[in-house]
Amino acid sequence: MALTLNHLFAVIMLSGAFSLVSAMLFVVMDAVDVAFTEAAVGAGISTVLMLSTMALTVRVQKKTKRQIIFPVLVVFLVGILLIYGTLDMPSFGSFDSPAQMHLGSKYLQITYKDMGIPNVVTAILASYRGYDTLGETVVVLTAGLGVILLLSDLKKRKNRD
Amino acid sequence: MTMSGDMDSYYLSFIYGHLPYWLFIILMLSGLFIVVSRGNLIKKIVGLNIFQTSVFMFYISIGKISGGTAPILLDKAAGKTDVLYSNPLPHVLILTAIVVGIATTALGLALIIRIREEYNTIEEDEILEMDTQAYRAKNKDNAFEIET
Repeated sequence: MALTLNHLFAVIMLSGAFSLVSAMLFVVMDAVDVAFTEAAVGAGISTVLMLSTMALTVRVQKKTKRQIIFPVLVVFLVGILLIYGTLDMPSFGSFDSPAQMHLGSKYLQITYKDMGIPNVVTAILASYRGYDTLGETVVVLTAGLGVILLLSDLKKRKNRD
Repeated sequence: MTMSGDMDSYYLSFIYGHLPYWLFIILMLSGLFIVVSRGNLIKKIVGLNIFQTSVFMFYISIGKISGGTAPILLDKAAGKTDVLYSNPLPHVLILTAIVVGIATTALGLALIIRIREEYNTIEEDEILEMDTQAYRAKNKDNAFEIET
């Protein structure tokens, strides 16, 4: 859909809907915290940011004169390689896969003793991996600074022109 | 019961167990296709988001255990026993990745606004064409200077 539509408003709204559906999928796969964040950030903030960008730039896409063959070739090649890579993986939902054997179950055992809160994801995010989250806030700060530097004096420049 | 029946059920369970991964990969490829084949920069960002979200789905699917539930300790808080929980580690990882993803999206969109200010278009084809023309014009000037 996002391929053929020329009106960017429709494209952006569909992308927001996609985020919402993916949040539902996260709930199905037991990742409630991720679903919450995806619904708030992916469907909410990201859609608003894209809409404001569209309002500041253009609303309709122009027809492209690009060749379609090269992208199709690249996509097929990557797809074949990735699907070949999944052939060795354990089945979806299996309880004895390598990912389940080591740290995950350990955190499930020790979290309540250590923290006293029942939500394991929050405990790991804010406490066991607190420095990770600190680094994440640094990344967000850097991105925010970049946005401010890029967009500051936007009005001033516009008036000068 | 024959050998072939066993083989058939083995293949079926293999396909059933790997189909979610393949669907996520196909979704990821559609995002990649949008990024590579479309010239509009906002559409490229949308494609990048689709790509990203499908990678998140893939990671979360690795942590899923059939019959498991969300990693919120019911047995401690609500007195239930013998609850199977999905792996919380991919969830933590992806929570961080979502927030970093929105930061990069915001930066990309700011760049698009800046590009539009400079070039007055957000189509990649036109930007490349303008760059080529500017480059040619500059080189022509240089050649002229050398001649005189």
